Amino acid sequence: MSVSGNPRTEDLVQQAIRGRRVGFGDIAFPAALLLALLFALLFLATLLVDVFVKAWDALSGRGWSVVSNPLSLNAETAGLWQSIMGSLALTGVVALLAFPIGVGAAIYLEEYAPDNRFTRFINTNIRNLAGVPSIVYGILGFTIFVRFVNAVGAGGGVGGKNLLAGGLTLAALVLPIVIITTAEALRAVPAAIREAGFGVGATRWEVIRYHVVPYAAPGILTGTVLTLARAFGETAPLLLVGAATGFFSAGAAGPLDRITGPYTALPVTIFSWARQPGADFRALTAAAIVVLLVVMLTANAAAIILRNRFERKW
Amino acid sequence: MNDDRGNERAEAAARADGEGRPAARAISVGGVLRNGRPAEPSAQDIIFDVQGLRVFYGSFQAVADTTLAIREHEITALIGPSGCGKTTVLRCFNRMNDLIESARVEGTIRYHGADIYGEKVDPVEVRRRVGMVFQKPNPFPKSIYDNIAFGPRIAGFKGNMGELVEQSLVRAALWDEVKDKLKQSAYALSGGQQQRLCIARAIATSPDVLLMDEPCSSLDPIATLRIEELMIELTRDYSIIIVTHNMQQAARVSDRTAFFTVDVKETGMRTGRLVEFDATDVIFTRPNQKQTEDYITGRFG
Repeated sequence: MSVSGNPRTEDLVQQAIRGRRVGFGDIAFPAALLLALLFALLFLATLLVDVFVKAWDALSGRGWSVVSNPLSLNAETAGLWQSIMGSLALTGVVALLAFPIGVGAAIYLEEYAPDNRFTRFINTNIRNLAGVPSIVYGILGFTIFVRFVNAVGAGGGVGGKNLLAGGLTLAALVLPIVIITTAEALRAVPAAIREAGFGVGATRWEVIRYHVVPYAAPGILTGTVLTLARAFGETAPLLLVGAATGFFSAGAAGPLDRITGPYTALPVTIFSWARQPGADFRALTAAAIVVLLVVMLTANAAAIILRNRFERKW
Repeated sequence: MNDDRGNERAEAAARADGEGRPAARAISVGGVLRNGRPAEPSAQDIIFDVQGLRVFYGSFQAVADTTLAIREHEITALIGPSGCGKTTVLRCFNRMNDLIESARVEGTIRYHGADIYGEKVDPVEVRRRVGMVFQKPNPFPKSIYDNIAFGPRIAGFKGNMGELVEQSLVRAALWDEVKDKLKQSAYALSGGQQQRLCIARAIATSPDVLLMDEPCSSLDPIATLRIEELMIELTRDYSIIIVTHNMQQAARVSDRTAFFTVDVKETGMRTGRLVEFDATDVIFTRPNQKQTEDYITGRFG
C-alpha cells in the first residue's frame, strides 16, 4: 500500500534507498585497524606462550619449591623466597610512603590550592615527573636516599643500600602517578555535590572529609593498586640502590636486619638469573617471570574488580 | 519604596483574586498579605536588604548595581532572560559565589541588619541560616536518611535525629513515599522525589531563608506542581527566593518579582541589571517599565 498515495514518489524513494554504496575505505580501514589489534595481541600471546613453555620444566619438575626455596647458586634448588619477600616488603614501604603523601598532595592541589600560575606550574611538572625514566629515579635514590638512610643510622651492614632506600626510591618514582590518579578521582566528584555540602553549611574540611574523599575513594584505591603493581615490577632503579644481583642466603636474620640489611626483589632476580648460563637457569628465569606475571595480573584484576564494584556513575 | 502605589497593588491583588487564582497562594484582599500582615510591611519585615550589589567575575561585571529588599514569609521571584545575572544574585544571599575564585561582590546585603559580606562574617554560618536548593537535584550518593541527617549532624544537632528526619520529609511532602526505605540510596528516587529530598535536606537545618535556583527546571509538570504547592506551604516558616525561567511559575507562586535583563556593551560584555522590582501582580499586570512589559508579554527573551 502506498502511504503517499503517489506511485511515482514511491518508486523514486524505493530506487533511491535501494542498494549499498561500499567504497574501498569502508572495508580497508576497519581491516587495517583489526590488523593493528591482532599484531599487538600476537606479541603478547607469543611472549606468554614462550615464557610458559620455558617455565614448564622448572614449574612441573620442582613445583612449589621454586617459590618457597631460598636463593641459591645451585639451579637444582634455587628458589625465589627472598625475592618475593623482598618485593612485598618494598611494595609495603612504597605503600606506606607514597599513598599518604600522594593522596594528601592531590587533595591539596584539587581542593585547597588557589588556581594560579604557580599551581598550574606544579600540576604540569607532576605530569612531567610521571614521565621521567625510572633509571633517573635510581640515580636520585643512589645519590640522596642511600645517603639519607645511612645518615639516620639505618644503613645496616650495606651502607644504606637496603630496603628502606629502595622503598624510598620506588615511592618517589610512583608518587607523581598516585597524585595524578587521585586528582582525577577527586575531579570526577561533581561540583554539584560539593555545592550541596556547602549549601547545608558544611565547612570545606567537612565537604572533603564526608563527601569528596569518600566518593572518590574507589578511584583512589584502584589507582593506588595499579601504582603499587608498577612499583612491584620495577627493576632499573633498584639495581642502583643495592638490590642484590648476586646470590645470597638471608640466614636467620632478625626483622630489623632484614629491613636494613641486604635485600633483593623479584624483577632484579629475574635480571640476574637471565644472565646465568645454562638451560637450568633459563627455565628458572621463565618460572620467575611467571610468578611475577601472576602477582601483577592478580593486582590488576583486583583493581578492576574494585573499580567495577564501587565506581560511581554520576 | 513605591509607597504611593500601595493601594493600587492591593487592588491589583484583589482583582487577581477575583479572577479565580487558588486561594492558598493569593495575596489576599484589603491590603493584607496572605499571612494576615499588611501588604506594605514595616522595616522589621525586611530579611535581606540589598544595597548597590555588584558582582564581578575577574574583570567581567556580571551584575550591575542592584538594590532590593526581600521580605519575611514571602516568595520573591527573580526572573529574566539567560545571562541576566539572576542566579548570580541568588548565590550572593548565601555567599555561594565565594566558591568561585574569581568572583568579587561589592555593595552590601544586610541580613536582619548585619552585612553578610562584612568583615569577620563566616560564610558557613550564613549558609546554615540561608539554605539552598539547586537547579538539578543533587542528593548525596548516600541513603535518604543520611542525606537529611548530614546538615544537622555537622551543625551539632543533639536531639532526636530520627524525628528530625521524619519532620523534614513530612514538610517536604516526601515522607509517605519514602518512609519505608530511609536506608535506601537517594539515587533510587525519581527526579521529582530527589528534588523534594533536597528541599527536605535544606530545611532540616532549620534555616531562615530558602534559596531556590530553578528548582523545577528538570522536573515534569506534575512534580513541578508539587514543588510549587510545597513552596507556598513553606512560607509559613521560611522566606523563599526563587530564580525561575518559567514566568507562569513566578506568577503562580511569588509575592514579589524582580525582573532582570542583560545589557550588552560594545565590547561584548554582558552585564545583568535589575529593571523592576515590585509586587508580582504589578509586574505581571501593570509593569512600570517598557522592558518588563515586553518580556512578560513574550516580545523578547
